[in-house]
Amino acid sequence: MSPASRRALLFAPFAVAAAGGVAFYGMLQGMKTGEYNPRGVPSALIGQHAPDFTLPPLDGADRPALSAADLRNLPGPVLVNFWASWCVPCIIEHPQLMRLSNEGVPVFGIAYKDKPADSLKFLRERGNPFRRLSKDEPGRVAIDWGVYGVPETYLLDRQGIIRWRFAGPVTPDVLDQDIRPLLRRHAS
Amino acid sequence: MRCPQTPGGGSAALAWRRPPLRVAGLSVCARRAFARSARVVRTARLRRGAGRLLLLVSLLLPLHALAVSNPADMLPDPAMEERARNLGRDIRCMVCQNQSIEDSEVGLARDLRLIVRERIAAGETDEQVKAFLHARYGDFVLLKPPFAWSTAALWATPAIAVLLGLGLIIAMRRRQAQVAGPPPLTEEERRRLAALGVTPGGTGQDGKRA
Repeated sequence: MSPASRRALLFAPFAVAAAGGVAFYGMLQGMKTGEYNPRGVPSALIGQHAPDFTLPPLDGADRPALSAADLRNLPGPVLVNFWASWCVPCIIEHPQLMRLSNEGVPVFGIAYKDKPADSLKFLRERGNPFRRLSKDEPGRVAIDWGVYGVPETYLLDRQGIIRWRFAGPVTPDVLDQDIRPLLRRHAS
Repeated sequence: MRCPQTPGGGSAALAWRRPPLRVAGLSVCARRAFARSARVVRTARLRRGAGRLLLLVSLLLPLHALAVSNPADMLPDPAMEERARNLGRDIRCMVCQNQSIEDSEVGLARDLRLIVRERIAAGETDEQVKAFLHARYGDFVLLKPPFAWSTAALWATPAIAVLLGLGLIIAMRRRQAQVAGPPPLTEEERRRLAALGVTPGGTGQDGKRA
Protein backbone atom coordinates (compact mmCIF):
# COMPACT_ATOMS: atom_id res chain seq x y z
CA MET A 1 0.00 0.00 0.00
CA SER A 2 1.40 3.39 -0.96
CA PRO A 3 1.88 5.96 1.83
CA ALA A 4 -0.70 8.25 0.19
CA SER A 5 -3.45 5.63 0.22
CA ARG A 6 -2.41 4.63 3.72
CA ARG A 7 -2.86 8.23 4.85
CA ALA A 8 -6.21 8.39 3.08
CA LEU A 9 -7.28 5.27 4.95
CA LEU A 10 -6.49 7.03 8.24
CA PHE A 11 -9.24 9.52 7.47
CA ALA A 12 -11.78 6.86 6.52
CA PRO A 13 -13.17 6.47 10.08
CA PHE A 14 -13.65 10.24 10.30
CA ALA A 15 -15.43 10.25 6.95
CA VAL A 16 -17.73 7.43 8.10
CA ALA A 17 -18.46 9.24 11.37
CA ALA A 18 -19.16 12.50 9.50
CA ALA A 19 -21.53 10.74 7.08
CA GLY A 20 -23.33 9.17 10.05
CA GLY A 21 -23.63 12.58 11.69
CA VAL A 22 -25.11 14.14 8.57
CA ALA A 23 -27.60 11.28 8.22
CA PHE A 24 -28.56 11.55 11.90
CA TYR A 25 -29.09 15.30 11.58
CA GLY A 26 -31.28 14.74 8.53
CA MET A 27 -33.29 12.16 10.46
CA LEU A 28 -33.82 14.55 13.38
CA GLN A 29 -34.92 17.30 11.01
CA GLY A 30 -37.33 14.90 9.34
CA MET A 31 -38.75 13.90 12.71
CA LYS A 32 -39.23 17.56 13.62
CA THR A 33 -41.26 18.35 10.52
CA GLY A 34 -43.13 15.04 10.65
CA GLU A 35 -41.71 13.87 7.30
CA TYR A 36 -39.86 10.99 8.90
CA ASN A 37 -41.44 8.74 11.48
CA PRO A 38 -39.11 6.05 12.81
CA ARG A 39 -42.06 4.03 14.07
CA GLY A 40 -44.12 4.51 10.93
CA VAL A 41 -45.33 1.37 9.22
CA PRO A 42 -46.70 1.28 5.68
CA SER A 43 -50.33 0.24 5.47
CA ALA A 44 -51.03 -3.18 4.03
CA LEU A 45 -54.30 -1.87 2.57
CA ILE A 46 -52.91 0.66 0.09
CA GLY A 47 -54.44 0.03 -3.33
CA GLN A 48 -57.28 -2.02 -1.90
CA HIS A 49 -60.91 -1.31 -1.20
CA ALA A 50 -61.80 -0.43 2.34
CA PRO A 51 -62.62 -3.55 4.37
CA ASP A 52 -66.25 -4.54 4.62
CA PHE A 53 -67.81 -3.17 7.78
CA THR A 54 -70.91 -1.69 9.36
CA LEU A 55 -70.77 0.39 12.50
CA PRO A 56 -73.44 2.06 14.64
CA PRO A 57 -73.69 5.86 14.58
CA LEU A 58 -72.53 7.97 17.49
CA ASP A 59 -75.91 8.75 19.02
CA GLY A 60 -76.41 12.41 19.77
CA ALA A 61 -73.83 13.62 17.25
CA ASP A 62 -76.57 14.12 14.66
CA ARG A 63 -74.50 12.51 11.90
CA PRO A 64 -75.29 9.43 9.78
CA ALA A 65 -73.29 6.28 10.47
CA LEU A 66 -70.38 5.15 8.29
CA SER A 67 -70.19 1.74 6.69
CA ALA A 68 -68.29 0.21 3.78
CA ALA A 69 -71.24 0.85 1.45
CA ASP A 70 -70.76 4.59 1.96
CA LEU A 71 -67.23 4.33 0.61
CA ARG A 72 -68.08 3.23 -2.94
CA ASN A 73 -68.72 5.36 -6.04
CA LEU A 74 -68.02 8.67 -4.37
CA PRO A 75 -68.24 12.13 -5.99
CA GLY A 76 -64.65 12.78 -4.91
CA PRO A 77 -61.88 11.62 -2.60
CA VAL A 78 -62.71 11.31 1.09
CA LEU A 79 -60.83 11.07 4.35
CA VAL A 80 -61.55 8.49 7.03
CA ASN A 81 -60.23 9.46 10.44
CA PHE A 82 -59.89 7.16 13.45
CA TRP A 83 -59.84 9.20 16.64
CA ALA A 84 -60.72 9.18 20.32
CA SER A 85 -61.42 11.78 22.97
CA TRP A 86 -58.70 10.29 25.19
CA CYS A 87 -56.08 10.77 22.49
CA VAL A 88 -53.98 13.91 22.88
CA PRO A 89 -52.62 14.05 19.29
CA CYS A 90 -56.26 14.01 18.14
CA ILE A 91 -56.56 17.45 19.74
CA ILE A 92 -53.51 18.60 17.77
CA GLU A 93 -54.97 17.50 14.44
CA HIS A 94 -58.52 18.64 15.11
CA PRO A 95 -58.14 22.21 13.69
CA GLN A 96 -56.81 20.75 10.42
CA LEU A 97 -59.82 18.42 10.13
CA MET A 98 -62.12 21.37 10.81
CA ARG A 99 -60.41 23.34 8.06
CA LEU A 100 -60.82 20.54 5.53
CA SER A 101 -64.42 20.07 6.55
CA ASN A 102 -65.15 23.78 6.17
CA GLU A 103 -63.60 23.68 2.70
CA GLY A 104 -66.09 20.98 1.76
CA VAL A 105 -63.80 17.94 1.88
CA PRO A 106 -65.80 14.97 3.18
CA VAL A 107 -64.18 13.81 6.41
CA PHE A 108 -65.65 10.62 7.88
CA GLY A 109 -64.94 9.77 11.49
CA ILE A 110 -64.74 6.57 13.53
CA ALA A 111 -64.49 7.00 17.29
CA TYR A 112 -62.11 4.28 18.43
CA LYS A 113 -62.53 2.59 21.83
CA ASP A 114 -64.12 5.69 23.25
CA LYS A 115 -67.07 6.21 25.57
CA PRO A 116 -69.85 7.82 23.46
CA ALA A 117 -70.41 10.50 26.12
CA ASP A 118 -66.72 11.46 25.98
CA SER A 119 -66.72 11.53 22.17
CA LEU A 120 -69.77 13.81 22.20
CA LYS A 121 -68.19 16.12 24.77
CA PHE A 122 -65.02 16.38 22.65
CA LEU A 123 -67.03 17.32 19.57
CA ARG A 124 -69.28 19.76 21.44
CA GLU A 125 -66.28 21.61 22.84
CA ARG A 126 -64.16 21.70 19.68
CA GLY A 127 -66.58 21.32 16.79
CA ASN A 128 -67.58 18.37 14.67
CA PRO A 129 -65.63 18.04 11.41
CA PHE A 130 -67.21 14.72 10.45
CA ARG A 131 -69.83 14.34 7.75
CA ARG A 132 -70.45 10.75 8.79
CA LEU A 133 -69.59 9.45 12.22
CA SER A 134 -69.59 5.98 13.73
CA LYS A 135 -68.29 4.46 16.89
CA ASP A 136 -66.08 1.41 17.15
CA GLU A 137 -66.07 0.65 20.84
CA PRO A 138 -64.68 -2.92 20.58
CA GLY A 139 -62.02 -1.71 18.12
CA ARG A 140 -62.47 -4.68 15.80
CA VAL A 141 -63.26 -2.72 12.65
CA ALA A 142 -60.16 -0.64 13.30
CA ILE A 143 -58.11 -3.86 13.26
CA ASP A 144 -59.67 -4.74 9.89
CA TRP A 145 -58.35 -1.38 8.65
CA GLY A 146 -54.90 -2.11 10.07
CA VAL A 147 -55.15 0.66 12.65
CA TYR A 148 -52.51 0.38 15.36
CA GLY A 149 -53.02 3.65 17.19
CA VAL A 150 -55.03 6.82 17.05
CA PRO A 151 -55.15 9.12 15.27
CA GLU A 152 -54.92 7.48 11.88
CA THR A 153 -56.16 9.04 8.68
CA TYR A 154 -56.92 7.29 5.39
CA LEU A 155 -57.50 8.88 2.02
CA LEU A 156 -59.80 7.02 -0.36
CA ASP A 157 -60.29 7.83 -4.01
CA ARG A 158 -63.65 8.00 -5.79
CA GLN A 159 -63.77 4.26 -6.28
CA GLY A 160 -63.21 3.77 -2.57
CA ILE A 161 -59.68 2.48 -2.94
CA ILE A 162 -57.34 3.35 -0.09
CA ARG A 163 -54.58 5.53 -1.53
CA TRP A 164 -52.83 6.88 1.56
CA ARG A 165 -52.64 6.28 5.27
CA PHE A 166 -51.10 8.53 7.87
CA ALA A 167 -50.45 7.32 11.40
CA GLY A 168 -50.21 10.29 13.72
CA PRO A 169 -51.71 13.75 13.99
CA VAL A 170 -52.49 15.61 10.77
CA THR A 171 -50.35 18.71 11.29
CA PRO A 172 -50.61 21.78 9.02
CA ASP A 173 -47.49 20.44 7.22
CA VAL A 174 -49.13 17.08 6.57
CA LEU A 175 -52.24 18.87 5.38
CA ASP A 176 -50.36 21.05 2.88
CA GLN A 177 -47.68 18.62 1.74
CA ASP A 178 -49.62 15.35 1.65
CA ILE A 179 -53.37 15.70 1.85
CA ARG A 180 -53.93 18.65 -0.48
CA PRO A 181 -51.81 17.23 -3.36
CA LEU A 182 -53.52 13.86 -2.91
CA LEU A 183 -56.97 15.44 -2.97
CA ARG A 184 -56.03 17.19 -6.22
CA ARG A 185 -54.56 14.07 -7.77
CA HIS A 186 -57.59 11.92 -7.00
CA ALA A 187 -60.18 14.63 -7.66
CA SER A 188 -61.30 13.19 -10.99
CA MET B 1 -46.35 11.45 19.19
CA ARG B 2 -49.16 8.96 19.25
CA CYS B 3 -51.54 7.52 21.75
CA PRO B 4 -51.25 3.94 22.86
CA GLN B 5 -54.20 1.75 22.10
CA THR B 6 -56.13 1.95 25.32
CA PRO B 7 -57.31 4.87 27.34
CA GLY B 8 -54.97 5.15 30.26
CA GLY B 9 -52.48 2.89 28.54
CA GLY B 10 -50.04 5.76 28.51
CA SER B 11 -50.29 6.24 32.24
CA ALA B 12 -48.97 2.74 32.85
CA ALA B 13 -45.47 3.98 32.20
CA LEU B 14 -46.02 6.94 34.50
CA ALA B 15 -47.21 4.70 37.30
CA TRP B 16 -43.63 3.57 37.74
CA ARG B 17 -42.75 7.00 38.97
CA ARG B 18 -43.91 7.07 42.54
CA PRO B 19 -45.06 10.36 43.94
CA PRO B 20 -42.44 11.89 46.24
CA LEU B 21 -42.78 10.86 49.85
CA ARG B 22 -44.90 13.28 51.75
CA VAL B 23 -42.97 15.05 54.43
CA ALA B 24 -45.27 18.04 54.64
CA GLY B 25 -46.78 18.76 58.02
CA LEU B 26 -43.62 17.94 59.92
CA SER B 27 -43.40 21.40 61.35
CA VAL B 28 -46.88 21.26 62.84
CA CYS B 29 -45.75 19.73 66.07
CA ALA B 30 -42.06 19.78 66.85
CA ARG B 31 -42.23 16.94 69.29
CA ARG B 32 -44.02 14.56 66.98
CA ALA B 33 -41.96 15.65 64.05
CA PHE B 34 -38.96 13.57 64.96
CA ALA B 35 -40.92 10.39 65.46
CA ARG B 36 -42.85 10.97 62.27
CA SER B 37 -39.80 11.72 60.17
CA ALA B 38 -38.20 8.58 61.54
CA ARG B 39 -41.26 6.69 60.41
CA VAL B 40 -41.08 8.32 57.00
CA VAL B 41 -37.45 7.33 56.66
CA ARG B 42 -38.29 3.82 57.79
CA THR B 43 -41.13 3.44 55.27
CA ALA B 44 -38.94 4.89 52.57
CA ARG B 45 -36.23 2.39 53.43
CA LEU B 46 -38.78 -0.39 53.52
CA ARG B 47 -40.11 0.67 50.14
CA ARG B 48 -36.66 0.85 48.66
CA GLY B 49 -35.90 -2.58 50.05
CA ALA B 50 -39.09 -3.97 48.61
CA GLY B 51 -38.29 -2.34 45.27
CA ARG B 52 -34.83 -3.93 45.23
CA LEU B 53 -36.31 -7.32 46.11
CA LEU B 54 -38.83 -6.98 43.29
CA LEU B 55 -36.05 -6.08 40.87
CA LEU B 56 -34.01 -9.09 41.99
CA VAL B 57 -36.97 -11.43 41.65
CA SER B 58 -37.83 -10.06 38.21
CA LEU B 59 -34.22 -10.53 37.11
CA LEU B 60 -34.24 -14.12 38.26
CA LEU B 61 -37.54 -14.97 36.59
CA PRO B 62 -37.24 -16.66 33.23
CA LEU B 63 -38.26 -14.29 30.49
CA HIS B 64 -41.21 -16.21 29.17
CA ALA B 65 -42.80 -16.12 32.60
CA LEU B 66 -43.43 -12.43 31.95
CA ALA B 67 -45.77 -13.23 29.08
CA VAL B 68 -49.18 -11.80 29.72
CA SER B 69 -51.69 -14.43 30.62
CA ASN B 70 -55.03 -13.21 31.74
CA PRO B 71 -56.67 -16.51 32.73
CA ALA B 72 -60.01 -15.27 31.40
CA ASP B 73 -58.50 -14.86 27.92
CA MET B 74 -57.03 -18.35 27.77
CA LEU B 75 -58.56 -21.11 25.71
CA PRO B 76 -60.03 -23.98 27.74
CA ASP B 77 -58.19 -26.54 25.62
CA PRO B 78 -54.50 -26.56 26.74
CA ALA B 79 -53.28 -27.80 23.36
CA MET B 80 -55.08 -24.99 21.55
CA GLU B 81 -53.82 -22.46 24.09
CA GLU B 82 -50.28 -23.70 23.52
CA ARG B 83 -50.74 -23.27 19.77
CA ALA B 84 -52.10 -19.78 20.29
CA ARG B 85 -49.11 -18.86 22.45
CA ASN B 86 -46.57 -20.20 19.99
CA LEU B 87 -48.33 -18.34 17.21
CA GLY B 88 -48.60 -15.17 19.26
CA ARG B 89 -44.87 -15.15 19.86
CA ASP B 90 -44.36 -14.71 16.11
CA ILE B 91 -46.78 -11.78 15.89
CA ARG B 92 -45.40 -8.33 16.49
CA CYS B 93 -47.14 -5.92 18.81
CA MET B 94 -47.63 -2.98 16.44
CA VAL B 95 -47.57 -0.47 19.29
CA CYS B 96 -44.44 -1.49 21.19
CA GLN B 97 -42.91 -2.87 17.96
CA ASN B 98 -40.13 -4.89 19.58
CA GLN B 99 -42.31 -7.26 21.53
CA SER B 100 -44.60 -10.05 20.48
CA ILE B 101 -48.30 -9.80 21.25
CA GLU B 102 -47.82 -12.51 23.89
CA ASP B 103 -45.32 -10.31 25.72
CA SER B 104 -47.17 -7.01 25.55
CA GLU B 105 -49.65 -5.41 27.91
CA VAL B 106 -50.93 -2.96 25.30
CA GLY B 107 -54.64 -3.00 24.46
CA LEU B 108 -54.13 -3.77 20.78
CA ALA B 109 -51.87 -6.72 21.66
CA ARG B 110 -54.64 -8.13 23.84
CA ASP B 111 -57.16 -7.64 21.03
CA LEU B 112 -54.86 -9.50 18.67
CA ARG B 113 -54.30 -12.28 21.23
CA LEU B 114 -58.06 -12.67 21.47
CA ILE B 115 -58.41 -12.74 17.69
CA VAL B 116 -55.73 -15.43 17.45
CA ARG B 117 -57.59 -17.52 20.05
CA GLU B 118 -61.00 -16.99 18.45
CA ARG B 119 -59.68 -18.11 15.09
CA ILE B 120 -57.87 -21.12 16.50
CA ALA B 121 -61.01 -22.10 18.40
CA ALA B 122 -62.95 -21.75 15.14
CA GLY B 123 -60.67 -24.38 13.63
CA GLU B 124 -58.34 -22.27 11.52
CA THR B 125 -54.78 -23.38 10.88
CA ASP B 126 -51.81 -21.34 12.06
CA GLU B 127 -51.21 -20.23 8.48
CA GLN B 128 -54.78 -18.98 8.13
CA VAL B 129 -54.53 -16.98 11.33
CA LYS B 130 -51.23 -15.48 10.22
CA ALA B 131 -52.69 -14.67 6.80
CA PHE B 132 -55.57 -12.85 8.51
CA LEU B 133 -53.18 -10.62 10.45
CA HIS B 134 -50.79 -10.23 7.52
CA ALA B 135 -53.61 -8.95 5.31
CA ARG B 136 -54.26 -6.16 7.81
CA TYR B 137 -50.84 -5.21 9.10
CA GLY B 138 -48.45 -6.36 6.37
CA ASP B 139 -45.03 -7.98 6.72
CA PHE B 140 -44.27 -5.88 9.77
CA VAL B 141 -46.69 -7.82 11.95
CA LEU B 142 -44.69 -11.01 11.46
CA LEU B 143 -41.62 -11.13 13.67
CA LYS B 144 -40.14 -13.62 11.18
CA PRO B 145 -40.53 -11.80 7.86
CA PRO B 146 -41.49 -13.98 4.90
CA PHE B 147 -39.01 -14.47 2.09
CA ALA B 148 -39.91 -12.23 -0.83
CA TRP B 149 -38.12 -9.93 -3.25
CA SER B 150 -38.76 -7.01 -0.94
CA THR B 151 -37.12 -8.84 1.97
CA ALA B 152 -34.37 -10.58 -0.02
CA ALA B 153 -31.72 -8.07 1.05
CA LEU B 154 -32.71 -8.63 4.66
CA TRP B 155 -32.39 -12.40 4.40
CA ALA B 156 -29.21 -12.26 2.35
CA THR B 157 -27.42 -9.95 4.79
CA PRO B 158 -25.81 -12.72 6.88
CA ALA B 159 -24.59 -14.56 3.77
CA ILE B 160 -23.23 -11.31 2.31
CA ALA B 161 -21.47 -10.52 5.59
CA VAL B 162 -19.87 -13.99 5.69
CA LEU B 163 -18.76 -13.71 2.06
CA LEU B 164 -17.27 -10.27 2.67
CA GLY B 165 -15.41 -11.56 5.72
CA LEU B 166 -14.09 -14.59 3.81
CA GLY B 167 -12.96 -12.34 0.96
CA LEU B 168 -11.16 -10.10 3.42
CA ILE B 169 -9.39 -13.04 5.03
CA ILE B 170 -8.31 -14.48 1.66
CA ALA B 171 -7.05 -11.07 0.49
CA MET B 172 -5.04 -10.58 3.68
CA ARG B 173 -3.54 -14.08 3.45
CA ARG B 174 -2.52 -13.50 -0.13
CA ARG B 175 -0.82 -10.23 0.75
CA GLN B 176 1.01 -11.90 3.64
CA ALA B 177 2.26 -14.62 1.31
CA GLN B 178 3.58 -11.98 -1.08
CA VAL B 179 5.63 -10.27 1.62
CA ALA B 180 9.01 -12.03 1.53
CA GLY B 181 10.41 -13.21 4.82
CA PRO B 182 13.82 -12.15 6.02
CA PRO B 183 16.67 -13.38 3.82
CA PRO B 184 18.26 -16.68 4.91
CA LEU B 185 21.22 -16.53 7.27
CA THR B 186 24.57 -16.34 5.65
CA GLU B 187 27.38 -18.77 6.59
CA GLU B 188 29.08 -15.94 8.43
CA GLU B 189 25.98 -15.29 10.56
CA ARG B 190 25.57 -18.98 11.29
CA ARG B 191 29.12 -19.21 12.46
CA ARG B 192 28.67 -16.19 14.76
CA LEU B 193 25.50 -17.65 16.22
CA ALA B 194 27.22 -20.99 16.76
CA ALA B 195 30.06 -19.14 18.50
CA LEU B 196 27.48 -17.59 20.83
CA GLY B 197 26.12 -21.05 21.53
CA VAL B 198 22.79 -20.34 19.86
CA THR B 199 21.36 -22.71 17.35
CA PRO B 200 19.20 -20.90 14.81
CA GLY B 201 16.05 -22.61 16.04
CA GLY B 202 12.63 -21.42 15.06
CA THR B 203 13.77 -20.56 11.59
CA GLY B 204 13.47 -22.94 8.73
CA GLN B 205 15.90 -23.49 5.97
CA ASP B 206 14.54 -20.61 3.95
CA GLY B 207 14.88 -18.31 6.93
CA LYS B 208 11.13 -17.92 7.33
CA ARG B 209 9.58 -18.39 10.70
CA ALA B 210 8.03 -21.78 10.93
